[in-house]
Amino acid sequence: MKVAYWPGCVSRGFTPELHGSVAKVAPMLDIELEELDRANCCGAGVIAEHSQELADTLNARTFALAQDVDGAAGMMNICSTCQGAQSECQERLDADTDYRSHVNGHLKPEGLSYEKAGDWWNKNFLWLLVEEIGLDAVRERVVRPLEGLRVAPFYGCYIVRPTKRLGFDEHPDRDTYIEQLLAALGATPVDYAGKHKCCGFPVITMAKHTSLRQAGSQIADALDADADCMVTPCPLCHLNLDLQQPDAAKYVERDLGMPVLHLPQLVGLALGLEPKELGMNKHVIGTKDVQRKIAELAAA
Amino acid sequence: MADYTLKLRRFDPESGKAAYWEDFGVDLPPERSVLDGILQARSRDDGSIAIRCSCQAAICGSCAVRINGKTALACNTKLGEAQDMARSRRGREEITVEPMGNFPVLKDLVVDMDAVHWKKVQRVVPWLLPEGDPPEREYIVPAEAMIDITQSMACIQCGACVGACLSLEADPEFIGPAALAKAYRFIGDPRDGQHEERLKDLAEDPHGLYDCTHCFACVEVCPKDVAPMNQIMRLRRMATSDYEIKDKNSGYGHEKAFVNLIEKYGTLHESQLLPRSYGQGSLIRSQVDPSSLKQLTASLPTVIGGLKSGKVSPVKALIHHKLPDQKQIRRIFHEIESEDERLELNLYIVGEEATEEEGAMAEGKGSET
Repeated sequence: MKVAYWPGCVSRGFTPELHGSVAKVAPMLDIELEELDRANCCGAGVIAEHSQELADTLNARTFALAQDVDGAAGMMNICSTCQGAQSECQERLDADTDYRSHVNGHLKPEGLSYEKAGDWWNKNFLWLLVEEIGLDAVRERVVRPLEGLRVAPFYGCYIVRPTKRLGFDEHPDRDTYIEQLLAALGATPVDYAGKHKCCGFPVITMAKHTSLRQAGSQIADALDADADCMVTPCPLCHLNLDLQQPDAAKYVERDLGMPVLHLPQLVGLALGLEPKELGMNKHVIGTKDVQRKIAELAAA
Repeated sequence: MADYTLKLRRFDPESGKAAYWEDFGVDLPPERSVLDGILQARSRDDGSIAIRCSCQAAICGSCAVRINGKTALACNTKLGEAQDMARSRRGREEITVEPMGNFPVLKDLVVDMDAVHWKKVQRVVPWLLPEGDPPEREYIVPAEAMIDITQSMACIQCGACVGACLSLEADPEFIGPAALAKAYRFIGDPRDGQHEERLKDLAEDPHGLYDCTHCFACVEVCPKDVAPMNQIMRLRRMATSDYEIKDKNSGYGHEKAFVNLIEKYGTLHESQLLPRSYGQGSLIRSQVDPSSLKQLTASLPTVIGGLKSGKVSPVKALIHHKLPDQKQIRRIFHEIESEDERLELNLYIVGEEATEEEGAMAEGKGSET
């Protein structure tokens, strides 16, 4: 399946191991990526906070670029925040013809136009795996079932709320997809209080206390539920859960030391890739314990 | 066997016992509400079950509770739907009902609204503060000027958003979604004369405007589609763009920094976001302003951690490539920023236009939407 691929900013910035993992994992799942290298930042809700019209126009531009990709089934992103910010703009663009043509007016000098179409979609990697590739197809390609690995899913707010905007009417169990995928990879999903909560990242510069208390509490809950690691489809969540974890530990006054994996890294491990190929040595919180478990699996 | 099982969270402060779960069988059809179920259990099995309720029609806002973990009005949730949710979400038959989060529990399902919700609403001065002498008769306001605040006026003060708020869970002092939506009800009202003072007060409060983490929990649970988070974003838009309030929480700086970086590069230059946020949008100011320097120094261990892990190289931190069509992005910024009026599409007010099929049906009936 060919997709117009929007990697986002953070996956090519502070979490390069995510972008690299997707590049390796996608072909193994027969996903052909055509990267949208002219596309712009989704705005992460911050540009919408500044000017709704600006955010809607910037994302209409990305959608238009994606719609121009020959033979693409749709557009794929790899970030919960991109998904949320883009779905919000798409909702407004699709709701009103006049508004859509006004926004498209700004794209005209570039020869671009976003067209509303019922069968066009923008899905993050997780949704794409479950709904388009199918978990059976994923399961068939697993060469290293992650047996015994206890994984705590961390979704990121933007792909679970608001349900009305995010297609839950049509796909009511989108907030259980990570658990379903983990089962397909042979891993054990860990249930804990924080899985649909907030990592706190959006307010890290404005309300550090609130931000890191959130990150710390969710990690602590995963730890108390005996998780070996957490996994997230959102690189911004990854920043607060991994990069900021040493600081977050101070805000909840306890030792944490919880490895946090990007979702495509975990898929890659089950498909037989080695931790190093997936950039697992480039985390702030070491992934050695997870790597050791994986090595034992390979030996077994 | 009963039609439904309600698993209620019980707590009686006078008993000296900890809170516990208790099951009650309920015999009602699926379209009746969870509140009907609770009231049946109270009249049939245990008169001591405490729940606050009145209208039973989603108007009075008394009966907000957590049903299967999700905050909702008990009168507005059907038993059948609640059971479907319990089965699909939690893999069990019983419908769990517990008091809202973020509130002290008084008894069973009754929480202390005064201690949290009403206290926070009082905090934002929830009445009109007009300027000058009152007119002889009523204030005259054009209807269009009031449309924008109708969404926040739809609030029934049930506290569901407060109970679900994830920032409040981490910071109990956060002013919270309901009170901030209420603040917008007055800051968006043309008759109020204290817009700037109100915004400044909320922007400077470390538990105010910039303590909302944008998690959509309030939007998800509000039974009246008030979307409190959207009202918070409107307040931020006014504080930064209309009044340029340079708050000490870096709310202004963060927005300015983010927007300017995208205008300059097209994608996010992350390593400049932090210093620019602390410097009210300016990279130079971030390095000379004492409070910014203090915050930057506090971030150093995290920065060093990032460099040590190898995920961020010093070169990448300094150099960020512009998009090939960056002049197009700049043009879009310029076109939109130079418009006379800010264009906002509020779907709560304008609604979604009918799809072609729906439109054809409506035309067939002779009534266009």
